[in-house]
Amino acid sequence: MSQTLMNTKLDQFRSKLTPSKVKIDQTLLDHADAYLSGREFPTTRDEFWKYTRLTKISNLEINVNDSIIQSIPEEAIIHPNAQKIVFENGVFRKDLSDDILQVQGVQFSEKGSSSFTFQEDVFYALNCKYSTDAITIDIESKTILKDPIHLILISSGDGSVSMPRIVINAAKFSESEFIVSTHNVNSQNCLSNVVIEADVQENAKLTINKIQNEKSSNFSVFNERVDQALNSCFTINTLTLNGSWIRNNVRVNVNGQNAETHLLGAYVTNENQHVDNHTLIDHLAPNCQSNELYKGVLDGKSTGVFNGKVFVRKDAQKINAFQSNGNVLLSDDATINSKPELEIYADDVKCSHGSTTGQLDEDAVYYLRTRGLSEKSARHLLVTAFIGDVLEKIEDEHVVKYAENALSMRYGWSF
Amino acid sequence: MKTLINIKDLHASINGKEILKGLNLEVKPGEIHAIMGPNGAGKSTLASVLAGREEYEITEGSVDFDGKDLLELSTEDRAREGLFLAFQYPVEIPGVSNVNFLRTALNEIREYNGQEQISAKDFMALVREKSALVELDSKLASRSVNEGFSGGEKKRNEIFQMAMLQPKLAILDETDSGLDIDALRIVANGVNKLKTPENGAIVITHYQRLLDYIVPDFVHVLYDGKIVKSGPKELALELEEKGYDWIKEELEKAH
Repeated sequence: MSQTLMNTKLDQFRSKLTPSKVKIDQTLLDHADAYLSGREFPTTRDEFWKYTRLTKISNLEINVNDSIIQSIPEEAIIHPNAQKIVFENGVFRKDLSDDILQVQGVQFSEKGSSSFTFQEDVFYALNCKYSTDAITIDIESKTILKDPIHLILISSGDGSVSMPRIVINAAKFSESEFIVSTHNVNSQNCLSNVVIEADVQENAKLTINKIQNEKSSNFSVFNERVDQALNSCFTINTLTLNGSWIRNNVRVNVNGQNAETHLLGAYVTNENQHVDNHTLIDHLAPNCQSNELYKGVLDGKSTGVFNGKVFVRKDAQKINAFQSNGNVLLSDDATINSKPELEIYADDVKCSHGSTTGQLDEDAVYYLRTRGLSEKSARHLLVTAFIGDVLEKIEDEHVVKYAENALSMRYGWSF
Repeated sequence: MKTLINIKDLHASINGKEILKGLNLEVKPGEIHAIMGPNGAGKSTLASVLAGREEYEITEGSVDFDGKDLLELSTEDRAREGLFLAFQYPVEIPGVSNVNFLRTALNEIREYNGQEQISAKDFMALVREKSALVELDSKLASRSVNEGFSGGEKKRNEIFQMAMLQPKLAILDETDSGLDIDALRIVANGVNKLKTPENGAIVITHYQRLLDYIVPDFVHVLYDGKIVKSGPKELALELEEKGYDWIKEELEKAH
């Protein structure tokens, strides 16, 4: 038996992981087991992974590292008043976190069960089976959170694997904002495999601001799954500022009428970075609206993927769904694969999608130079404006400032 | 008396096709020169070549700009030395605010000339003063460069930028094209108010109409890549009346 277990690369990978001690649903675990057994890592022959290779992940030298951080690193502070929840290598660091239970209308528990069914995806399955830790945050009904809850995910050491599970229940008429950010402290070749499941109930409003700012050779996969009920409003802003290999899977099921869904994304890449954004908005109910805007600037030999799918199911009439992806390639060696997909089964809907990829407008560069701007300043100004189009739509000004600072430190852009 | 710009025997081509074929022009401080000519004569090429558009190849000739070899300077350094081109077709730049880019421009020009950066307060005062000069709504001043501007607003914005940068020499490339009479008057007024005994302007135009408002000291006719006739402001009226065929005939007779 153990002989066959080691047959696949995925099996070898799994043999280095520790099965989860976290309490999650047994049915989910059974599904994960069944899904993973005998399976191989997906390859580029799989449509879902067509442009993203997993070799670097499957070859990862995995280590189990002790916690080393004594305090929250300064670069992980994004919002001055946020309630902070800290994970190091996927393990909840209660000692470094704020006592979230002190916040009126918020419940917190160290378990990771949710109402979601199993999702057929290797990383989702791994996160179930080998979850490093899990938390559930409930925003009670009618609670309006003044300050955001900030989930700080830190990788430390070499070859650490983090698999945190985060469940958010936004109850009826609640309003809340979460910031999720990834950072690293003296680490390389770490993998973060994060699952966030959010249930946005009737008339609730939930915003997730996700900031990916890992410096060195770290890898991350995010699986976000969201259910939206009647009259709810969900926003997720994905800002990828740094990191060597990133895959984001955002999946939103819009189950109730009159719901609003907003997906914003900005990715700025250089060198050999790889950033893949897969999104799926599934309109299952009528009279809803979704807006999606992702913009990327790619330099060096970096590669990007955008795959945005919008489903409009048969009875989901009167849907307004807009999707747009824009890319600027700053070098001849940068690549983007952009694929907007609409699948519409209803007949009374308004949907649009668009994808543009190009270089900076050389006429604009020349125009700015005739006004005395150096070529470098002119290009910075144009790139900043391009990405700024996404940033200016984000409500939390601390998040925007943080992103602007990170980009100005890395690229010298000024906003 | 010193010259602002001295263009000698300038030859320029694009994609192997020669457009300017030995052009001479001298502008002294305080002068306004009008350059007129039929389509395809090379008027816009002259403007582009002087501003430093890289697609053009200079095959012969020299351009002295206030003591500097203009053709050796990059586009931005020409601007920093005090050359300004008002575009025939101003470029729309979504997301870049007018004032934001002008502050960067002004500060880079100042840095080049060894001057201190302008303070935010002084800059905003300058924006208010200069936008009033061309009757440009201050809201337009802070909007994205030319984005969604009408034709007239774009041209006014060009003159506004010129007012902000206070160049030694301004080249207005068909600034009158696409303007109605009110916009024309506002744009011309702006140019006239910016005139000093130290600076100069080259006004490129197809029609005499603009020259009712911006009165030139000299009028030149550009034809087939060369200046073939120069004269006082009355020459413009004569051209308007007789058309360019008259010049062609004169040239043919001379041969």
